[in-house]
This record gives sequence, C-alpha cells and structure tokens, in this order.
Amino acid sequence: MGQRCKGCGAVYLSSRRACSRCFAQGPFEEIPLSRRGALWVYSIVHQSSPGVPVPYVVGVVDLPEGVAVRCNIIDVAPDPARLRFGMPVEMTTAVSQQDREGNDVVAFYFRPVER
Amino acid sequence: MREVFVAGVGMIRFGRYPDRDVPDLGAEAALLALADAGLTMRDVELLAAGCLFQANAMVGQRVLQEIGQTGIPVVNVANACATGSTAFREAWMAVASGEYDVALAVGVEQMGKMGLLTGGGGGSGIRTEGVIGSGLMPAVFGQAGMEHMRKYGTTQEQYAKIAVKNHRHSTKNPLSQYQVEVSLGDVLKARMVAYPNTLYMCCPTGDGSAAVVVVSPEKARQLGAKVKVLASVLTSDPWTERDLTLPDVSTLTRNAAKQAYAKAGVGPEDVDLVELHDCFATAELLHYENLGLCGEGEAGRLIDEDETAHGGRIPVNVSGGLLSKGHPLGATGVANIFEVTQHLRGRAGDRQVEGAKVGLAHVIGLGSACTINVLGT
Repeated sequence: MGQRCKGCGAVYLSSRRACSRCFAQGPFEEIPLSRRGALWVYSIVHQSSPGVPVPYVVGVVDLPEGVAVRCNIIDVAPDPARLRFGMPVEMTTAVSQQDREGNDVVAFYFRPVER
Repeated sequence: MREVFVAGVGMIRFGRYPDRDVPDLGAEAALLALADAGLTMRDVELLAAGCLFQANAMVGQRVLQEIGQTGIPVVNVANACATGSTAFREAWMAVASGEYDVALAVGVEQMGKMGLLTGGGGGSGIRTEGVIGSGLMPAVFGQAGMEHMRKYGTTQEQYAKIAVKNHRHSTKNPLSQYQVEVSLGDVLKARMVAYPNTLYMCCPTGDGSAAVVVVSPEKARQLGAKVKVLASVLTSDPWTERDLTLPDVSTLTRNAAKQAYAKAGVGPEDVDLVELHDCFATAELLHYENLGLCGEGEAGRLIDEDETAHGGRIPVNVSGGLLSKGHPLGATGVANIFEVTQHLRGRAGDRQVEGAKVGLAHVIGLGSACTINVLGT
C-alpha cells in the first residue's frame, strides 16, 4: 500500500506528517500499489556488512503509481549482462534473515518477470 | 554580513594513527593553522569542531584541553561527510555576522579500518523493507553512476579514468594517504566493490585532521591575509521525483552551486580549481555537471579529454581527492579549504595550479547535506 497526498498527488511508501513536496498536512489516501514495475537502476554489491552473503543485486524499481522502491533483485545472476535498465520486475517475498529468537523474517524482493 | 578572510590553514597527512586519539589529532592541525595565521589561542574567539563518529563526545572542548582553554564558545558539528565543511561554515558565519573577529574551525576523524559501511545494514535490527545492504554507500554511489550510464551512455572505463587521474594527482601531495599511481588496467581489474566501482574507485577509510582560521577584514589587513571567502553555502534535499528512494546527490549540489556562484559573483568559467566530493569515482563524474563544469551529458567527454586533470581547462581534485588523499569524514571538508587556500596563496608545491585566483570546494554528506565554499584572492 502507498500513501497519496490529496493535495498534489505525490505518492509515498510510508506515512508522513505532511507532504514533502507541497507541505499539505494530509489527508493522505491509502492506495494499492502494483506488484509489477520497471528497474530504474541497479548495482551489484561485492563487499558488504559482515555476515551478508555477496554478491547481490540492489536496485530501484519504479511502480506505475509514481513511487520508487529500493530493493534487492533476486532470481537473477549478479552480472551486468543479465540486467537491463527498464526491465520488467515483480514483487515477491522471501526469508531474508532470522531474528534474535530464531524466527524467520520475511521481506519483499523484486525479481525479473518471466517471459 | 561582512567579508571574511582565511588567515591560516593546517592539515596533517591523512592515514592511520592507531596510537593517537581524536583530540590529539585535531589539536595538531589547530596549532598548524594558528601558526600559519600568526595567531595563538589567545586570539581565537570561537571554535567550531567537526567530528562525526564522536559527535556526542565534545570533541571541540577536548581539543581545547590540548591547546589552551580560554572559555570561548565551542560548537560541535555533525553533518555526515559534510561535517568538516559545515564546521568551517559555522566559523565563517561567526565572523561574517560581526559577532567575532577570529574563529577557528577544526575537522577531525579517526575511522581506523571500520568506517566503510556506515550507511546501515549490519546487525542494526530488523527492517520492514526487503533491503539488505542497498543503502550502503558503495551501493548508493554504484547506482548513482548507473543512472548516468542509463541517461547518457557513460561507460565504466570513463569512471575508471577518474580514479587514474586522482591517484596520479596524489603522487604530488605529501599529505595524501596514498601516493601511488595506478593504470587504467589496474583500476578495471581491481576487486569489484559495487558495480561499476572497483576498489581503486572507492575512497579509503582513515584518520586525519585539518583546521582553518577565519578572520574579519581588519584582522586580515593586520595579518596580510589575502584569501577571501566569496561564498559559503549549505543545502539539504529538496523534494525530487524518486523522493530519496535513490539518495540524490545531484539536486542539492545543483542548488548549492547556483547559490554559490550567485553569491560569489563568479561563474564556473571563472573557477581555476575545484576540490569536489569524489567519495566514489562515479560521484566525481556526476558533479562535473552538477557544478556546471560542463553541459548535461558531457561529463564523460570531460574526463576523456583530460580537461579535469592537472594542466587541463578546469583541474579537479589536484590534491588526489577523497579517492587517494583519503576521507576521514570530519576532516575532509576542512582539508578542502586547506587545499584551495594553498593554491590561491601559491604555496601548493609541486601540485600548484599556476595563477589560481578562484577555487571551489564541494562536499556532500549523504542524507543529505551539501556545502560549497568559493574562495578567491
């Protein structure tokens, strides 16, 4: 779900006190966001925080509602030859890590749309 | 606001000082700057201290315990990578406002080998987004470079040439953390950090300090100080299309550049040297356009034609830049002022940009804060 400013139409992923574009203090309208979007840019990270397996792909995905999502791209080889600006991607979920009690933490990811 | 002059600068070689502490490092640079100005602690009326990792530990006061406690006001500043340049700006404002005649800015940092991945991740609790390490600095600046590739067809090789240039520049700077030339092949073959940036295209972590004394016009006349602060600008992120999803280092730099050129009464064509925030090779290329050194989409050509190399049309980062000189966060912005001042005074040694009259220092702190200081004689 996204938050759309009723004043100017700017869309945010998370709630805000006031719109950072037009400063209107709401109301914000909750709108559903598409599962599919297009890859704006990416990078392939080979060196990360301790304990994070590398390499992995990070990216910014533009959704049709006019909001961008920062995410990891999975189910694709970490190779610039396999990634393309504007390529269609879709949201999926996967276990990203375990919390302190050993429970699985499920996070969202994006993956290439199968042709 | 009245005019402000740089009366003295000091800097220690950036590197690793595991046997020393932050106040000691800061104190050394402060004493160098005071000696350079021909002043002592007795003359200083305000201290602005920049240190990011010890932002809650009263670094400025602890520096004064090393060099002289006169009871003056001390401001401790934290503003990400723009910490040092923001401290400089605090000192500038103190004098520009007319309240003080002599102010000291000290930037210092001790990062050891731990500072690379300060952007988040690593054991700091569970996030709601599916982001693993996508906010880390290398990932952010990798993606920023990819955006320019997407828009203009910029190549990884063009980014790599920036690393070659800055490492070559640093061989003439005895205060640089690294002073080793690397070839284009070395850069491209080096270990990948975050595509398209390889190891040599990422700044190192390290320790260091720098200090600057700024004074009123009357004091400057007494001391014979000729370098004037033509503009000192600080900006934050305005709302942009992908509203900070991809941290945006460009828009606030463009805003700062516009303000700085207007306040200084100069244009990019009048600038003789630029020290800009090349935390990653990709960043330097973006800032060529952000600072108006070339037109939109022309930054790749600028590096291809050596225009930003020493001896070129507009030399950029003749100090070696963050890529080779080093990037001890709090010290970086003050060290830029040191570098530009030395050139304007004709004291930059082997790396002197001959006849330099106007210099620009730019810093970005992600989050974001951008400072641009324009100095001139």
